[in-house]
Amino acid sequence: MADSARRRRFEEIVLPHLDAAYNLARWLTRNDQDAEDVVQDAYLRAFRFFDGFRGGEGRGWLLTIVRHTCYSWMEKNRPAEVSAVFDEEKHAEESAAFDPEIAGGGNPEAIALQNAHRRILDQAIAALPLGFREVLILRELEDMSYKEIARVIDIPIGTVMSRLARARKLLQESALLRSISGLPLAELRK
Amino acid sequence: MNCNDALDLVHGYIDGELDLVKSLEIEQHLGVCPACKVQYDQVRELGSGIRAHALYHAAPPALRARVAAALPRELGSVSRNSIWGWGRMAVALTLFTLLGLGMGLALLQPGAEERLAREVVAGHVRSLMADHLMDIASSDQHTVKPWIAGKLDFSPPVKDLAARGYALAGGRLDYLGEHSVMALVYRRHGHVINLFVWPQATDADSGVRSDSRQGYNLAHFARAGMAFWAVSDLNAEEFAVFVGLVRDQVVSAR
Repeated sequence: MADSARRRRFEEIVLPHLDAAYNLARWLTRNDQDAEDVVQDAYLRAFRFFDGFRGGEGRGWLLTIVRHTCYSWMEKNRPAEVSAVFDEEKHAEESAAFDPEIAGGGNPEAIALQNAHRRILDQAIAALPLGFREVLILRELEDMSYKEIARVIDIPIGTVMSRLARARKLLQESALLRSISGLPLAELRK
Repeated sequence: MNCNDALDLVHGYIDGELDLVKSLEIEQHLGVCPACKVQYDQVRELGSGIRAHALYHAAPPALRARVAAALPRELGSVSRNSIWGWGRMAVALTLFTLLGLGMGLALLQPGAEERLAREVVAGHVRSLMADHLMDIASSDQHTVKPWIAGKLDFSPPVKDLAARGYALAGGRLDYLGEHSVMALVYRRHGHVINLFVWPQATDADSGVRSDSRQGYNLAHFARAGMAFWAVSDLNAEEFAVFVGLVRDQVVSAR
């Protein structure tokens, strides 16, 4: 591919997804500066590997690289967080048995989650283990289909659904915990 | 359908990912199971709560500038006839930032060589970041060379200098100035040496010119129609030996 054509394609297909790249990196690293470093690194990689881009959706392709760069970075700088993915998954499997008390409790705090203060919600999402956080962000904030998410993370579509279920369950539980551990309900409402 | 099945499938249902048969089954179950219906409502509310309220971290303007600045350095002169909407702004921001850092003077009129030297150091530093060092890891020049031939329209001389104490570790593609360049990676006592090679318009040879900046030793010369730039944190003495070896073997390659 001629250099100028290659460059133009990169500008059209990959550069417009900078926000998506940063959003994912920021949610995974949970730190502004680290996210910026990862994104810049990911863009340089993306450009280097651009000849391997076989068409299709530029955002998914870029996010695959961003995610991979995030993981490499975290394995190097915060290995504990990366290995925690699997511990938590096991834990979640064990506690996944249906509990109608939690589901059907219908207490007002749980329902008030919809109106929960942004800060509390963000904290709850940020507290999710890495493996659950990433599916949630890709689904809810990037509005990606299970198929697209499966491709980015390289897992089966069924696993996308079960991880998403666990992520939301953990979130419900953690938000519940927060709201019943002394926070006045008024603070949860907008 | 029982409640445990419904527990996961409710998510697929809410996300619009189920086929018709499964959707109907879930709907039927939700119609008869109040507990699952409550769960369904809560998950839906949670989802809309997240979409409405969770923070979407848009890239800060400074990052746009940073990526834009990093890419054109690799891309060449993309900024001049930029077509991406924020390109011009990003370039302006970069200029502004650099001026603010007191680098403005150097940036406005850098000599070609000065600019290249800066890029070489930047390329070296970048290569030391995680996983950036090599696209192909091999100490075998007969592996590295064909790999390069498939990627570049020129054939740089690749020699393993392990016998002389400078082991070829691999290579990668890089971009300096307007060129796709070959970066050959050598190691000496744990130090990494990047040797950038690309074809030149002229056949004129030049002597070795050395420099150091930011703690890195630099050297460059032209020979046999190729430009060579070496950079490393290796001590000046051994670095000079390496450069001399490379220069000698270029001639013997012809």
